[in-house]
Amino acid sequence: MAELNVNIGNLPLKNPVMTASGTFGYGIEYADFMDISRLGGIFVKGTTIQPREGNDYPRMAETPSGMLNAVGLQNKGADYFAEHIYPEIKDIDTNMIVNVSGSSVETYVECAEKIAELDKIPAIELNISCPNVKQGGMAFGVTACGAGEVVKAVRKVYPKTLIVKLSPNVTDITEIAKAVEAEGADAVSLINTMLGMAIDAERRKPLLSTITGGLSGPCVKPVALRMVWQTYHAVKIPIIGLGGISNWKDAVEFLLAGASAIQIGTYNFIDPTVSIKVIDGLNDYCDRHGFKSVTELIGALNI
Amino acid sequence: MYMKKYILDMKVTENCRLHKNYCLLKLTSADNLPEIFPGQFVEVRVENSPTTFLRRPISVNYVDKSRNELWLLIQLVGDGTRKMAAFHPGDIVNIMLPLGNGFTIPSKEQEGKRFLLIGGGVGTAPMLYLGACLKEAGFEPAFLLGARSESDVLQLDEFRRLGKVYITTEDGSLGEKGYVTDHTILKEVRFDRIYTCGPKPMMVAVARYAGAEAISCEVSLENTMACGIGACLCCVEKNKEGHNVCVCAEGPVFNIEKLSWLN
Repeated sequence: MAELNVNIGNLPLKNPVMTASGTFGYGIEYADFMDISRLGGIFVKGTTIQPREGNDYPRMAETPSGMLNAVGLQNKGADYFAEHIYPEIKDIDTNMIVNVSGSSVETYVECAEKIAELDKIPAIELNISCPNVKQGGMAFGVTACGAGEVVKAVRKVYPKTLIVKLSPNVTDITEIAKAVEAEGADAVSLINTMLGMAIDAERRKPLLSTITGGLSGPCVKPVALRMVWQTYHAVKIPIIGLGGISNWKDAVEFLLAGASAIQIGTYNFIDPTVSIKVIDGLNDYCDRHGFKSVTELIGALNI
Repeated sequence: MYMKKYILDMKVTENCRLHKNYCLLKLTSADNLPEIFPGQFVEVRVENSPTTFLRRPISVNYVDKSRNELWLLIQLVGDGTRKMAAFHPGDIVNIMLPLGNGFTIPSKEQEGKRFLLIGGGVGTAPMLYLGACLKEAGFEPAFLLGARSESDVLQLDEFRRLGKVYITTEDGSLGEKGYVTDHTILKEVRFDRIYTCGPKPMMVAVARYAGAEAISCEVSLENTMACGIGACLCCVEKNKEGHNVCVCAEGPVFNIEKLSWLN
């Protein structure tokens, strides 16, 4: 048995395998299929200070080895989360991390303050990279200046572990990573979905109500891996890697590229128990290669 | 009502091509199948089909409890469903079930009431199991099946064993010519409840008819979905209050009073 525990800043994880926001509900949706407390963490659905209806249907289009979504941060708001959902999930024995989004610096700050009051939420993931909302979201994540501004403001009000989720829809992701590191982020998670599009040729219509949407799934993995590798060489804070991970081998690749932990997203839809298989597979890999701790893999790519 | 969901490796017992565009897939499990209600659905994993990434949501056509067998009626619309049509007896298929909420089975006090089950195209699939459950509960279901043409009317013998069957076809090759809502039975008989599944324009027309006649009506939706368990929020429909609700978790069966269709 290898040591699987890792740290993200001051946040200890029992293992580096977590589930990505928007793909795992609040965790409880998956409790019939697996022991969700075995996970290193669960990133719950994107939460905003005000309730959001999200975008119109249709919101999803399947693509080769992936899917496009245009959900648009549908959620019932931070107050509803605190009153109705938090009591249901607070005693799950893993790190329950809230993905926080906003449409202005003020709304990010308000939402982060609200979530900071919840004792059993040890961290937030600041979503400055959602491609599916008109205001905010990705607008902050595509410039170093915008990203730095929102992180600086949230850092002032949020004392616990602050993870910032980065967008791949930028020229140079390392510039954004450096800007959020400079403003006090404890970690970065990358990548959010890639902006994409799908068309129904027969009907000559877009497949999403919003025309464009966020691409995820195994098709984005090579891009995500490259961005983790580049970011690993640009910042000192830990990286949480995600983008198309569907098995333990993918997870090992992200760790070798420099991620300290990983998230599994879209593949939860294909195999709801994939994250448990990845935990077991990581352990087997470490044993097979003589690694006493999974931390020995972080950035250990042989060049 | 909360129902535990399972992921099962099921074995194909039979896969019959009913028609060039439809197959009837029968699967069994080593363990006893959990209770499954009519109107619920399953998510089928389709492997080795390069263009099929997500599971395929398929409604439950029938559950043969004596044989521990699940029936899925599949319309061949793309690579995923065509791959499913090529499953052979003995193949193992990974299935999540039972998902969503089913149709309301009436209480004993509603004995003597008239129930009409309207299915259009592959939307007839859940009506077979619903009809069987209604009959088992002591009711006499009637069916109104709509199709493009005679050859698209599926499982007619099975439906006839359960109750009276009325048919419309768009080309008039079987039953009355036209859409289900044109059928004369709707003018001759006043039903107490209508259950329907089929293409959305058909269900909206049925819902409007039921709404105008003040007949209780449940519809089963087929919105495009990914997870099937209320996590991804892709399959939404507007409820009466204008809020988006997940078809997979809050449906797929809705009473039309809960939706915005009649607003």
